[in-house]
Amino acid sequence: MIELQGIVKRYVLGDETVLALAGVDVHIGRNEYVALIGPSGSGKSTLMNIIGCLDSASEGRYILNGRDTSSLSEDELAAVRNREIGFVFQSFHLLPRQTALQNVMQPLVYRRMPPAERRERAAEALRKVGLGDRLDHRPNQLSGGQRQRVAVARALVGEPSILLADEPTGNLDSRTSAEIMSLFDALHAQGQTVVIVTHEPDIAAHCRRTIRVLDGHIVEDYQNPARAA
Amino acid sequence: MNHLAEAFNAALASLNAHRLRSFLTTLGILIGTMAVIAVVSVLQGFSDSISSQFSDLGSNTLTLEAKNEQENFRRGQINRLSFEDVDALRFKVSGIERVAPIISAPLGATLYRGRSVTPQVLGATEEAQDVLGVDTSIGRFITASDERNSRRVVVIGTDVRNELRMPENPIGEFILIGREWFRVVGLLEKRGEIFGFSQDNRVFIPFSVARSLTGTFERTFMEVSFTVTNLAEVNQVKERAMRTVRASRGIEPGKPDDFEIKAADSFVKQFNRITATATAVLAGIVGISLLVGGIGIMNIMLVSVTERTREIGILKALGATRRDILVQFLLEAALLSLLGGLIGIVLGLLAGMGIASLIPNFPPAHVPIWVMIAAAGFSALVGVVFGIAPASKAAKLDPIEALRYE
Repeated sequence: MIELQGIVKRYVLGDETVLALAGVDVHIGRNEYVALIGPSGSGKSTLMNIIGCLDSASEGRYILNGRDTSSLSEDELAAVRNREIGFVFQSFHLLPRQTALQNVMQPLVYRRMPPAERRERAAEALRKVGLGDRLDHRPNQLSGGQRQRVAVARALVGEPSILLADEPTGNLDSRTSAEIMSLFDALHAQGQTVVIVTHEPDIAAHCRRTIRVLDGHIVEDYQNPARAA
Repeated sequence: MNHLAEAFNAALASLNAHRLRSFLTTLGILIGTMAVIAVVSVLQGFSDSISSQFSDLGSNTLTLEAKNEQENFRRGQINRLSFEDVDALRFKVSGIERVAPIISAPLGATLYRGRSVTPQVLGATEEAQDVLGVDTSIGRFITASDERNSRRVVVIGTDVRNELRMPENPIGEFILIGREWFRVVGLLEKRGEIFGFSQDNRVFIPFSVARSLTGTFERTFMEVSFTVTNLAEVNQVKERAMRTVRASRGIEPGKPDDFEIKAADSFVKQFNRITATATAVLAGIVGISLLVGGIGIMNIMLVSVTERTREIGILKALGATRRDILVQFLLEAALLSLLGGLIGIVLGLLAGMGIASLIPNFPPAHVPIWVMIAAAGFSALVGVVFGIAPASKAAKLDPIEALRYE
């Protein structure tokens, strides 16, 4: 489903050219549960941005669901993000002035979906993550764990191909982290493809497969032997 | 359309989140719009009142009058029109429809049951009714038969009736003008005041009567209004009339005219020109104030884009296209400016009404609906124009950078 072929990413910083990714080949199939790990500066964030179509590669091909994304315009990439990718961020990134329901409805706005249908699907997504009774709460009326659940609901509402989570538990305490991770586990069990970027081994251990990035290369790519509890 | 309505709601919500800031930002637009509406309402009210006073005088009406320099009055050599001039116009110029001579007949006081007023006494023929647009509210105007038979009849203005304490319907009453008794046959329509001068303190008597009663007078004043048959030929008719009157007055070739022929609506035209100039100057000032207001909006919108960088990043990650973001910020700027404009229009109307009511004898303020629509549209346009830079800045933000922004 995700096919990265010889992905190179260069950044120009002043006079210097920084090589963030130096030729990466990855294949991630449907319903995989992948942890993308590596220290900061390793290129894992760049890799995540490319997988999430927030950024495009300097060289190489990225085929998402059989479609080569390298040649897409910015607006086409926006459409891909809208339909194929569900983002979950470390600091939740909810829209502060909007209610949980409105936050979850937002991606569907860009699909020009009629409001009634949008509302229905957003409410359903919130019920799925256990927030059926918090539809009209604003982010500042919710706990961290609840906020991240709203974010997960928002990521899922458009039924994306990939749930792409960037340090989803980075701002949560360990108990809430466990809650969120079990939510991801459950989603994976329901057939969702999940890619989590993390530097925490505990989190990576939830996944079935680990890809370790270092200095712009994939240095390790293995199936996790056993699933941590 | 549905989508736009939603973007509209989103923009409204965003402005609502910063009410004070939004208000202060749009204050420039508000004050600018308020100023223009206030001044336009006063000017227009004034202009409307002038135009309606003169509206009876159509543009196909010309007026012949004697021309006198300041000197002439000093020397006592005052040019006057003669009855021959009237006949010349009547019979020798083609293209003239009706000729309505008006002669002033300063016959002195008018008496009725011991009360007295001194109105302006004018001799007129039946043509005056059409040519000058004088009309009666009760009774009739001077007729051709009155004129032929030199009947002692009079049509009086409302001020005359009121000051003489005549019955509400004065038809059939007799009044003494100078040394002659006249029977009242009509009451003139009320015309109000122009520049504080009452237009109702006058009476009309048949031209022939006025002519015979003032026959021995040194100072009578006459002017002749006439209408042209075909409006398109008004200038040619005027030319012909000039030549004919010169001949009738025996002015030798090369000598200057001692009379002039004016378009009756020239005063209104001149006034409208003044109003138009005032409006143009005003538009310039308002343009500057809206420019300043627009810059204020641009400034705040740029600040707002910076503040909401991360929000923009989030929206982009969720699939917002450049256009989605652009439209959202443009709408916000336009709405901000439009709201200022709308409040400005309302306050401007109130201010105009206030100003008009504070000045005694001033006509009520009036703003044509198109001016309000134009003002609202223009203020929204200012928002759009000055919103372009911030909105395109927002639309161009790189989603990764924007998401990372703290």
